[in-house]
Amino acid sequence: MNLIAKPSKENIKTYVPIGLSLVSLSILDVFVNAFFNFNLMAFLPSALSYFLPLILGFTGFYLIRIEFSGARSLDILNKNINSNNFNALLTLFTIFIIIKSIPPMLDWFILDANFVGNSKDDCTGDGACWVFIKVWFNRFMYGLYPDAEQWRINTAFLILFAVVGASFFVSEKLKKYFILFLVFVFPFLGIKLISGGSFGLEYVESAAWGGLSLTFIISAFAILFCFPIGVILALGRRSSLPAIKYISIGFIELWRGVPLITVLFMSAVMFPMFLPDGTFIDKLIRVLIAITLFEAAYMAEVVRGGLQALPKGQYEAAKSLGMGYWRMNALIILPQALKLVIPGIANTLLALVKDTPLIFVVGLMELAGMIGLAKTNPKWLGMAMEGYVFAGLVFWVICYAMSRYSQNLEKKLSTER
Amino acid sequence: MIFKKFNIENKKARDLIPQAITVLALLSVIVYFATNAQINMGNRGISFGFGFLNQEASFDITFSMIEYDGSHSYGRAFLVGLLNTILVSVIGIFFATIMGVIVGVSRLSDNYLIAKVAEWYVEIFRNIPLILQIFFWYFAALRALPLPENGISFYDISFLTIKGWYVPKFIWTNFNIFLLSIIAAFIAIYFINSYATKQREQFGKQIPTLIISFLTLILIPLITFLFLGVSLTFEYPVLKQLSPTVFTYAGGVSIIPELIALALALSMYTATFIAENVRAGILGVGKGQKEAAASIGLNKNQILKLVVMPQALRIIIPPTTNQYLNLTKNSSLAAAIAYPDIVLVFAGTALMQTGRAIEIISITMLTYLTLSISISIFMNWYNKKMAIKEK
Repeated sequence: MNLIAKPSKENIKTYVPIGLSLVSLSILDVFVNAFFNFNLMAFLPSALSYFLPLILGFTGFYLIRIEFSGARSLDILNKNINSNNFNALLTLFTIFIIIKSIPPMLDWFILDANFVGNSKDDCTGDGACWVFIKVWFNRFMYGLYPDAEQWRINTAFLILFAVVGASFFVSEKLKKYFILFLVFVFPFLGIKLISGGSFGLEYVESAAWGGLSLTFIISAFAILFCFPIGVILALGRRSSLPAIKYISIGFIELWRGVPLITVLFMSAVMFPMFLPDGTFIDKLIRVLIAITLFEAAYMAEVVRGGLQALPKGQYEAAKSLGMGYWRMNALIILPQALKLVIPGIANTLLALVKDTPLIFVVGLMELAGMIGLAKTNPKWLGMAMEGYVFAGLVFWVICYAMSRYSQNLEKKLSTER
Repeated sequence: MIFKKFNIENKKARDLIPQAITVLALLSVIVYFATNAQINMGNRGISFGFGFLNQEASFDITFSMIEYDGSHSYGRAFLVGLLNTILVSVIGIFFATIMGVIVGVSRLSDNYLIAKVAEWYVEIFRNIPLILQIFFWYFAALRALPLPENGISFYDISFLTIKGWYVPKFIWTNFNIFLLSIIAAFIAIYFINSYATKQREQFGKQIPTLIISFLTLILIPLITFLFLGVSLTFEYPVLKQLSPTVFTYAGGVSIIPELIALALALSMYTATFIAENVRAGILGVGKGQKEAAASIGLNKNQILKLVVMPQALRIIIPPTTNQYLNLTKNSSLAAAIAYPDIVLVFAGTALMQTGRAIEIISITMLTYLTLSISISIFMNWYNKKMAIKEK
C-alpha cells in the first residue's frame, strides 16, 4: 500500500509535480470551459465531467500538502490556501467562481458593449449600452443646469481643487489662511458663482441644479456645518448644566431616532407650515438644514465618544493652569478627543455623502435622481442597469477614496509610537 | 459691578444664566412655530386633531399582511404600513446577521483567497449608497427575470418571475395549539438549561444541553401534530392564463419584487457592517485567553463556546444592535421603490389625501422614535447584563 502513502518529505519529488499538474489541469478545464465554451473532458459521462475539475483539484491539493517541505514557495502556498481539506475545497470553489464569472462580466462591460453612437438604436450588442452614459453625461454631472452656464460650476470646483491642492504644498503659516479661505470665504463665493444673479451672471434657480455637482455641493455644505454643530452638541451633552445637557440629549436622540427620509419629508411638507404665511425658503436650503442637523446629531455622538475616552487628568490639568471652559476645550480637550475619533468622523461623513441621493424625495435630483429621470425617458427605456452601475461606480470611487484618506490621516496623526 | 459679583461669588447664579437663555431661546422658537402653524392651519380651514384616523382611507395597498381594502380606516392603513416595515426589517435583520457572521469570520480565515474575497465584498457593498443598491436590484436585476409563463421554477413548487416570487402557502389547522406548543418548548428549554447550569456548577456534571434543547424544540411540536389534531398542508402556486398573452399564478403566496429588492439590498448592505463588528469582536479576544483556556485542558469546541464566544459577543452585540436599528430606519427607503411601508402608505398616500402634514409626520417620526428608543433600552439592559462583573 505504499503507492498511496501520505504526502511527506520523502515522496515530495513524485507527489508535487503530479499534484501541481492535477490542480493546473482542473483550473485549465474550468478556464477553457468558461472562456471558450469548450469542454476538455467531453469524452467523459456528463455527470463525471461536471465534477471532475473539483475532484482533480482536490486530489492535487491533497498531494502537495506537505508540511515543512523545505521548498519555500510550496510552504507559503500550503499555508495560505491549502492548510487542510476544507480550505482546499474553499480555495477551489473561490477560484472556479471567479473564473466562471469573469467572461459574462467582461462581455457585458466591454466585449459586447456599445461605445459609439448617440441614440439607443446604436446599441446593437447584448452588453451594456455605454452610449446612454455618454449622451446623458452632461446631465448626470450638472443636472438641468443650462449648458451655456456650466463653466460656472466647473470654475467653482476648479478653484476648490486648486486651493485644496495648493494647500498641500505651501508652508504651515500660509496653510492656515488657505483653510480660513476655504471655510469662511469660498462657500459663499462658490454658491454666488453657481446661483448667479449678480455681477452680470444669469440667475439659475436651485431647482435646475443637479447631478453629481449637486451631490458635491450638498455634501460640502453639510460637512462644513454639521461638524461645528456636532461638536457643540457633544459638549452640551457632557455639560454640568442640567438644562443644556437635557436639551442636547433630547435634540440628539430625536434626530438619531428617525430615518433621514422622514426628516426630508418633514422639511418638504411640514416645515413650511411652521413659517409665517408667504415666507418661502428655497427647497435646497431646507434640505441642507435637514441633512446638516441630522448628521450633526450623529457627529455629536462620535465626538462624545472621544470626549469620554480622555482621561480625567487632562481636564484637571487644564483647569489647574487656570483655563476657562472654552479655552480648556479648544486647546486641550478637543484636539485630543477629535484625533481619537477620526475613524468615527470619517464614517459619519461617508454616511452623509451616501445619504445625499435621498434628496429625491423632495424632488431634487443629484446623480441617482438624474439617472432615474434618464431611464424613464421614452427614447432610453431599459437603461436602468447601465445607469445604476455607472452611479454605483462613481459613488464607490468617492467613498472608497474618502475611507482610504481617513485611514491615512489616522496613521499620520497618531501620536502613539 | 453686579456681573462681577455673579461671576465670582455665586456659582449657582452664574450657571443659571446660560441655561435660562437656552431654555428661553428654545421656548420662543417653539412658540413661534406653533403660532405660525396655528395661523396657517386656520387659513386653510383645517384643525389639529387625530380624528381623521377613523375616516375611511379609500386607497388600496398592494401588499398587506392583515386584511385591508379601501373601506378600512386610515388607522388600519397605518397598521398595515407598520407591519410591512416590521416584516422587511425582520427579514433584513435575519439575512444580514447570517451573511455578516459568515463574511466576518471569512475575513479572518487563514485561507488567503477567502479572506480577500470577503474583504472586497465589504469594501464594495459598504461604499455604495444603499438607495443605489435598492434601485439596482429593483430596476435592473429583478427586471431581468422572466415573465410568469416561463418563470424560473424550483421543483415546480415555487416560481421566480418578474412579477414576484410565488411560494407555497401554509394552511394550518389548529395553529393556536402549535403556537402554544412552541412556547411550551421554549419554557421547557429554559428550565432544562437552568437545571444543567446548576448541575455543572454544583457537581461539575456536563449535560449536553444543546442536543436536548434541540430535541425538545422538535419533539413537543411534533406531539401536537400526532395527537392534538394540528396539521399542515401546502397550497402550491399554479400557472393561470388570464388572456391569450397574460399569465399569472393562482394560489400560494406572492412575494412582491419590491420586498425582495428591499430585503436583498438591506441585508447585503448591513451585512458589511455586521461583518466588521464580528471581525472586531473576534480579534478583540486576547490570544492569552485562548492559550490559558487550552492550558487548563479545554478542547477546541469548549474554548470557542466557553471562552472566546462570551467575550467576543460582549464586543459584537452593542454595535450590531445599532446596525439592526439602522436597518430598520433604512427600510424607510422603501418609499423609493413603492414598497408599501409606513413612510409610503402613511407619510405618502395618506398625507396626500388628508393634507394633515403635522399630525402624520409626527406620528411617523414618533413611531420610529419609539422603535429606536425601545431597542436602545433593550441594548442598555443587555449591556449591563453582559458587562464583566468586577469585584
